Amino acid sequence: MTKALAGGDVAQRINEAFPDAATRHDLTNVWISPDSLLSVAQFLYETPDLDFSFLTALTAVDYVEEFELVYQLLSMKKNHSAILRTRCYGREEPTVSSVTSIWQGADLQEREIWDLMGIRFEGHPNLKRILLWEGFPGHPLRKDFLG
Amino acid sequence: MAIRTEPVTINLGPQHPSTHGVFRLRVTFDGEVVIDVEPVFGYLHRGTEKLAESRSYVQVVTLTDRLDYVASMSNNLAYVRAVEKLAGIEVPERAMYLRVISAELQRIASHLMATGFLLNDLGAFATPLMYCFRERERILDLFEMLCGARITLSYMRPGGVYQEPPEDFWPALDIFVEELPGYIDELEGLITDNEIVLARTRNVGVLSAEQAINASITGPMLRATSVRWDLRKADPYEVYDKLEFEVPIGATGDTFDRYLVRILEIRESIKIVQQAAREIPDGLARTPGVPFNVRPPKGDAYAAVEGPKGELGFFLVSDGGIAPYRCKIRAPSYINLTALREMLVGWKMADLITIFGSIDVIMGEVDR
Repeated sequence: MTKALAGGDVAQRINEAFPDAATRHDLTNVWISPDSLLSVAQFLYETPDLDFSFLTALTAVDYVEEFELVYQLLSMKKNHSAILRTRCYGREEPTVSSVTSIWQGADLQEREIWDLMGIRFEGHPNLKRILLWEGFPGHPLRKDFLG
Repeated sequence: MAIRTEPVTINLGPQHPSTHGVFRLRVTFDGEVVIDVEPVFGYLHRGTEKLAESRSYVQVVTLTDRLDYVASMSNNLAYVRAVEKLAGIEVPERAMYLRVISAELQRIASHLMATGFLLNDLGAFATPLMYCFRERERILDLFEMLCGARITLSYMRPGGVYQEPPEDFWPALDIFVEELPGYIDELEGLITDNEIVLARTRNVGVLSAEQAINASITGPMLRATSVRWDLRKADPYEVYDKLEFEVPIGATGDTFDRYLVRILEIRESIKIVQQAAREIPDGLARTPGVPFNVRPPKGDAYAAVEGPKGELGFFLVSDGGIAPYRCKIRAPSYINLTALREMLVGWKMADLITIFGSIDVIMGEVDR
């Protein structure tokens, strides 16, 4: 069975390496501050006993006051998983760092989030619309898009 | 006298018999060799994730059919598992066995289609395709017995399956699984040792294990690169932990390995169906008392299954209402295309079609 690492344990490891990066946690999730996203992700990727070499899925949810990004991470060798969450604010082009330099699998997923949700990813090699055409007005998956 | 050459960008698709649906690829050629590719998606984008936000949880099952329209059962299964996780609904054991049988039959059908179309792409114009489709038709007949439809099935519901299979389903299933290995042997005998297939697919489009893991690739494409990762074994769901089967892996990650892994998986699926049909307990096919307008409590849940193309997952967020607040679909075909450029650059035009065919992409899932 894939062991879902406890949010508390992951938060503790993150805070040992980057103080105050993990803002809160619950049983299965860890919330981190958006500025520390890239360094925490690199830490989770490189640390041998965590070894999160696989990004299962990257999701964005629009909770009108904020956007929440959910990173589901997995280590195939150790067969454990963790969920990392971060928040970004603002309706006009909220921005977070891109993790494509760590996991290439985030490439197409971040493009889709830019296209449908309007969250910019800094450092993405090719952040263009992917499912809709260039010039499409708006970002359809947002809650205020009533196309 | 030197001939002046320059790279040429040609458009491949979206309507093209070899692109497995409406997929467009802008390829830059230097003579016959591919030097750059730019995939263009979105021709089948129907806004499934947005539509799901205004339909009740049971109505979304019909939307999920149309994602990977060749493997409806897997989509349904992943989605209803996410709803059950979110709402805390228990599933009777008989329903779990029925789900496993349906999912494995669907895996056989999907892999047969993938193999048939790969051979089509190699130029064996439709004859191996018809061999594969002849067997797939028998599976679709079994599905018609189960739920009345052949392709967009909507057989699963939160809490179980739609209905108990009819009496004549079980003898038909027994006859089918007894005869199928012979047909797969016949198919393999024509393809696996065929020197044309070997010459065109051995060491073509190689993807290494490190590249595959870093690019979030799952399914037969990952297993062909010799990574033994299958959700049915690593994180068992339904009753897969009670069934005995192997997880075949390839050696080099080339096109031939991707084809061979699918054929071996068909054989393993036949074993699973036989065991499940023997061991299925009596009981209900669906948990009674799950309301049609089920309202899961606030929160979110992610559930994934090992579909024929890879890890198919649904991330559902509920706000306590009758429709999901957010339904995110982790589509394996979409994510498997992350490494497309690395796999195609440097090969010739004919190899491009073969490599793309071996990835086994379904545009309904890529575009949603």
